[in-house]
Amino acid sequence: MSGHSSYEFSNPVVKWLDSRLPIVTMVKAQAMDFPTPKNLNYWWTFGGILATMLVIQLITGIVLVMHYTPHVDMAFDSVEHIRRDVNYGNIIQKLHANGASFFFIAVYIHMFRGLYYGSYKAPREVLWMIGVAIFLAMMATGFMGYVLPWGQMSFWGAKVITNLFSAIPFFGEAIVTWLWGGFSVDNATLQRFFSLHYLLPFVLCALVFLHVWALHVSGNGNPVGVEVKSGQDTVSFHPYYTMKDLFAILVFLLFLFGFVFFSPDYLGHPINYVEANPLVTPAHIVPEWYYLPFYAILRSIPDKLLGVVAMFASILILFILPWLDTSKVRSATYRPRYRQLFWILVVVCLGLGVCGAQPAEGGWVIASRILTAWYFLHFLVFLPLLGLFETPKPLPSSISESVLAKQAAKSTAAAQPAE
Amino acid sequence: MSKTMNKIVKFLTTAALATTLASGITLAAGGGNKLAKDIDFSFEGIFGKYDRAQLQRGYLVYKEVCAACHSMRLVSFRNLSQPGGPEFSEEQVKAIAAGFEVTDGPNEDGEMFQRPAVPADRFPSPFANVEAATSANGGAYPPDLSLVTKSREGWHFPWYVSPFIKLVKGGGGAEYVYSLLIGYEDPPHGEEKEGLHYNPYFSTQWLAMPNPLNEDAVEYADGTKASVDQMARDVSAFMAWASEPKMEERKRTGFFIMIYLGILSVLMFLVKKKIWRDLH
Amino acid sequence: MAGACAGGREIGVTQLHREGLIIVSTMETTDSERRDFLYIATGAAGVGFAGISVWPFIDQMNPDASVLALSSVEVDIGPIEEGQSITIKWRGNPVIIRHRTPKEIEDAKAVPVADLPDPAARNANVADSADAADANRVVDGNEKYLVMLGVCTHLGCVPIGDAGDFGGWFCPCHGSHYDTAGRIRLGPAPENLPVPPFSYLSDTKIRIG
Repeated sequence: MSGHSSYEFSNPVVKWLDSRLPIVTMVKAQAMDFPTPKNLNYWWTFGGILATMLVIQLITGIVLVMHYTPHVDMAFDSVEHIRRDVNYGNIIQKLHANGASFFFIAVYIHMFRGLYYGSYKAPREVLWMIGVAIFLAMMATGFMGYVLPWGQMSFWGAKVITNLFSAIPFFGEAIVTWLWGGFSVDNATLQRFFSLHYLLPFVLCALVFLHVWALHVSGNGNPVGVEVKSGQDTVSFHPYYTMKDLFAILVFLLFLFGFVFFSPDYLGHPINYVEANPLVTPAHIVPEWYYLPFYAILRSIPDKLLGVVAMFASILILFILPWLDTSKVRSATYRPRYRQLFWILVVVCLGLGVCGAQPAEGGWVIASRILTAWYFLHFLVFLPLLGLFETPKPLPSSISESVLAKQAAKSTAAAQPAE
Repeated sequence: MSKTMNKIVKFLTTAALATTLASGITLAAGGGNKLAKDIDFSFEGIFGKYDRAQLQRGYLVYKEVCAACHSMRLVSFRNLSQPGGPEFSEEQVKAIAAGFEVTDGPNEDGEMFQRPAVPADRFPSPFANVEAATSANGGAYPPDLSLVTKSREGWHFPWYVSPFIKLVKGGGGAEYVYSLLIGYEDPPHGEEKEGLHYNPYFSTQWLAMPNPLNEDAVEYADGTKASVDQMARDVSAFMAWASEPKMEERKRTGFFIMIYLGILSVLMFLVKKKIWRDLH
Repeated sequence: MAGACAGGREIGVTQLHREGLIIVSTMETTDSERRDFLYIATGAAGVGFAGISVWPFIDQMNPDASVLALSSVEVDIGPIEEGQSITIKWRGNPVIIRHRTPKEIEDAKAVPVADLPDPAARNANVADSADAADANRVVDGNEKYLVMLGVCTHLGCVPIGDAGDFGGWFCPCHGSHYDTAGRIRLGPAPENLPVPPFSYLSDTKIRIG
């Protein structure tokens, strides 16, 4: 990432190493001295939280593979073997399963933070697009991972989702058979999903590396949305944001561990404790909660192909978001109309999540259709138009000015000198 | 702490029932079956533990009644003596295991043979395979009971309260087993279905399993009266343990980790505050 | 620590009335001491947490409950004819059970312990200090049956029976010769073949482990 040594090291070993491989310089420049806007709020800690979750998932995953057997006759029992017999196995397995959920909680907050503060706007388009790619990779990883315990929902989830590809004209059937390696989801499918579930996290790591690289080229955005203008606007990443991130990570882990230790099955489906049976479909097939909004979009459209297209489009649309939003102002703080739209979008996404969990009948279908329509209108119509008509509030001239103004406001409110 | 929890639970349940009844929504999303009766099992809540004596009684009921048709293939005899379970002594477990025959082999002649079970063996299944179990039971497979309290839910609430109720009360799997066992009654309107029995707690109200429990069907070693209600409670608790045998260890570890992590978070917050204060 | 802080503050308070400047410097010392303590405490708690977190991931690689439970096996040794051996699997390793001939027993007894490369019994059923005399290689004085792990003490290959220069076992991997009591006599192996813990349930039945 960084070129030659620009630091003077007193330790001869460090000096020797750094002149040959400037890794110490890189860490110092990129992870410690990196100038970071001083007004980042706690919504900005989710990047660090996500990195932590990725590490937790990798470690627990690698450990689980030491005990798991990817075979239709043994997969279910081997997961139970982990829960029942392996030392600390039930905690590690539950940490991995709940960790996936919390990974998605963090990524959704991270994404909505980006939407609220306009983090996708120039010069951070590529940073944002890599982020969307990370989200896609996460979804694929999570989906294949859910198949591995080989419960009823694993099996039928796999069957339904792979069947989406049968909607592709002409080649659909052939593609699905190819995905399955047979005429149904079976052992071949399980084994390839296992392989890919192990592979994709490393792709994720590579994407995360690119994401961080892009971040360090453009620098962090910030809640005000005004670019950094001078050293006055920034602080070094360490210790200011390392410590803040660590605190946020610990609090996040408190929630995660609360579920792992006291309600480990809350986020899962009971029916997945029944071994996969290709002859019996469960009464309600529901994906894990983090796919529900997309599942609702899929089901809201009565046409098979269009439903699949809409579902994928709802994610892919995020790739072109930087060019759909015509406003030059980044932060929703200074865009009153956009702020309203943003919160409506949050409610729409939550609503889609609720619809996705319900049986596709009656009012739920109508509700999903309205919400799906709103979702696409938001990105394709409202955002492009809003930038042309909205009058943003006046922006502060710099980050430090906004910070000082905030402090001044605070001290007048407290009717006491600040320091 | 647990009292507050109980109050919250009570409040939520009452609120949920009130809203549900007021809006006239059927309680069950599934097939109109009754909500399971809410039993205060000893293993509920953050500090809940299994009642050893109850698990031991429950094992007897399982062995004498359920095991005739239902397998519990993920549980081993050795589990009966491990900490956090019924905690039979190792000698008792050996004796229990020795009372069962398991198939082993092949021996040097290539033949499978029968031998008395040892603690390392899994509970033997009453039928050789699913097909045999299905055909012997009139086409209805008696499900394996290893995970029954985790794979069934006792109650369904409307979506706007369900997440909160399930967070504090769980899915009610053990309550479902209990309710099903005590829930057999005469079908309404004298209706009859060939080979099926009426039970309002079952998803379709008609199930192939006849009422399995009769008064004094087993004789408890600790002198507890073997009423149907008692046996149903005990065997549900036993199945809850069989589904989640590491629960006590998990909660204990969790309690310690949460306290430690809580303190660490507070310290971290103070560090963060201190560092940032110096900035201004 | 707390005492020092309190002391520091007290000086500051008394001097407050006299000289405004001094209190500032005293307060700063107190403050930085408290800060150092906070950093150290947090760092220590953090390292402690990391330590606790690492253990489950190490311990999961230890034998699990189902493996430990299988660690004993019963064998019917009645059908083994004199001069015959059987090999059974115990904890994933071959265990050799040999019904020895009188000649084999005599040969083993004839060797002075002092001549053996490994003079220790290597028998889990006798005291650790016992020597490698033939009587210490068997259990309950039952000289007929030799029970030992068929795992060469050199690098773990399975020695071949009725082979080698001493009429016992021979390891084909690197040429270790064991005698009729399973003791190392020649070759790179450092120790006698180990006798696993076992007991006689009856004259013809043993339980290993």
